[in-house]
Amino acid sequence: MSAVVQITDLHKNYNEREVVRGINLSVAAGTCFGVLGPNGAGKTTTLRLLLGQSPVNSGEIRVFGLPIPQAGRAVRMRTGVVPQADNLDPDFTVVENLRIYGGYFGIPAATLDARLRELFEFVGLTDRAHARIATLSGGMKRRLTIARALVNDPELVVLDEPTTGLDPQVRHMIWGRLRDLRQSGKTLLLTTHYMEEAERLCDELVIMDQGRILEQGKPAALIRQHVEPEVIEVHGEETVARRALESAGDGRFEVVGDTFYYYTRDARAVVKHLEGLSELTFLHRPANLEDVFLKLTGHELRD
Amino acid sequence: MANLFFPRFSNAAFAVWRRNALVWRKLLLPSILINFGEPFLYLLGLGYGLGLFIGEMMHMPYLTFLASGILASSSMNTASFEAMFSVYTRMIPQRTYDAILTTPVEVQDILAGEMLWCATKCVISGSAILIVAAFLGAVHDWSALGVPAILFLVGLCFSGMGLIMSSLAPGYDFFNYYVTLVLTPMFILSGVFYPVSSLPVALQSLVQLLPLSHAVDLIRPLVAGLPLTNVALHLAVLAGYAMLGYLIAVRLTRKRLLV
Ligand SMILES: Nc1ncnc2c1ncn2[C@@H]1O[C@H](COP(=O)(O)OP(=O)(O)OP(=O)(O)O)[C@@H](O)[C@H]1O
Ligand SMILES: [Mg+2]
Repeated sequence: MSAVVQITDLHKNYNEREVVRGINLSVAAGTCFGVLGPNGAGKTTTLRLLLGQSPVNSGEIRVFGLPIPQAGRAVRMRTGVVPQADNLDPDFTVVENLRIYGGYFGIPAATLDARLRELFEFVGLTDRAHARIATLSGGMKRRLTIARALVNDPELVVLDEPTTGLDPQVRHMIWGRLRDLRQSGKTLLLTTHYMEEAERLCDELVIMDQGRILEQGKPAALIRQHVEPEVIEVHGEETVARRALESAGDGRFEVVGDTFYYYTRDARAVVKHLEGLSELTFLHRPANLEDVFLKLTGHELRD
Repeated sequence: MANLFFPRFSNAAFAVWRRNALVWRKLLLPSILINFGEPFLYLLGLGYGLGLFIGEMMHMPYLTFLASGILASSSMNTASFEAMFSVYTRMIPQRTYDAILTTPVEVQDILAGEMLWCATKCVISGSAILIVAAFLGAVHDWSALGVPAILFLVGLCFSGMGLIMSSLAPGYDFFNYYVTLVLTPMFILSGVFYPVSSLPVALQSLVQLLPLSHAVDLIRPLVAGLPLTNVALHLAVLAGYAMLGYLIAVRLTRKRLLV
């Protein structure tokens, strides 16, 4: 498979501070590629760099095999972008927004109108086509922004936190649409703070922190590789919980906030022990991507 | 980023022009009322009122003198205010440009589109003034039909400078400096209300550097039906300001948006 996005040793400084510090990544055609990382990790910056919207300090970026920023215009012609913050045009209605945006790609009005009907259907906004932007809910704005990113029938869709701040229904709807897009052969590059989202959607992902890529792989492989398969989350009085976990087995545990995370290959003995302790509550679950994320990026607050 | 100095001009600029035209169309009725109402009041009040005392100025009725000055100065205001307040709104708080920059349209296209739109607005509002002036009998020759073309250039000239202000502005208040220190003195000194020749000689040569005086010198003979002089110089000054303003604004806006 050929790489749709190829980034080699990318560096970016803001003032004196290096916020992207030697990133290498390669997004294969037709896959959904995730970029995960705490606030300030450099996700948005990396996306802006690869769209040619920000000058690089050093490194090489190729999209569709074309060099960025030199071929920025040609690359953006074939790319759809959902920015982190909605920037729909408040002077226009829903349908006008997409018409105007289509105009920026030079798409003829007749082609565009046929396409817009499909897109409204796709994101479930057909009956709001003539609403003003200010009257839309957050979820509708996000769906409209996704529709807007598709007006030029892009080969690559770049989505910066597409579901942040949305309710579960909208999020599930968007996940479904993103899977449809991938199914239809488009390449997706998305950032997210939702591990569940990355686990469900991404074929491949990277975990970034402080401008560096810490790890790359398929979600399931990363989980296998970095954490024990079973996790017990324990809440309750700290000393009781600590004593219980230390005496119960040989797994490792970590404290995040007021929660103990206990990682093990076989949780049966610990579960039995905890069931006898009424002052603690616990949850026994399989390991997930969040465990990997917290292990790699640590537990301190960012920003 | 590529070709930093000379921006490529592409028809993407017309997509930006079209966006603005469509917003304007939504407010068609109030815009037209303002476009006709304001010059009507101005010319009627000042032109007739003052004209009664002044009579003729530079071999033409004062109403004609004033109308031709107002044509130029109102285009200066139209283009400047659009290029400052409206452009700034789209660039910073409304983030319209951020959205546009994810498409093939680039900074140089956006600003070219904005300048074309400012110039278009000058032609629209200037034509309204011309119609009102003709209605009041201030227009003396069919050569006045050439005025809208001049106003287009005047619009390019002042929007280029306005765009520089927008690219530098930390907020709306910033524009007050430009209005007070540049636009208002230019309005008063550039021969809108009285001939530049009545100013002290030192001041006259300063006024020659200001684009508004060249706009007035082009428009006035066309309205009054008098022979044009120094056409090439006047056109070159206006075009020069427009080009320079555009090039500087593109550089500054790139620096601001493509960080
Ligand atoms: N225009 C800018 N000027 C200066 N610093 C900036 C600028 N944009 C981003 N930064 C800094 O660069 C770093 C990376 O920011 P970026 O927005 O890429 O992070 P992110 O991973 O997208 O974070 P989030 O998850 O919060 O969106 C941050 O420390 C941020 O403060
Ligand atoms: Mg971000």
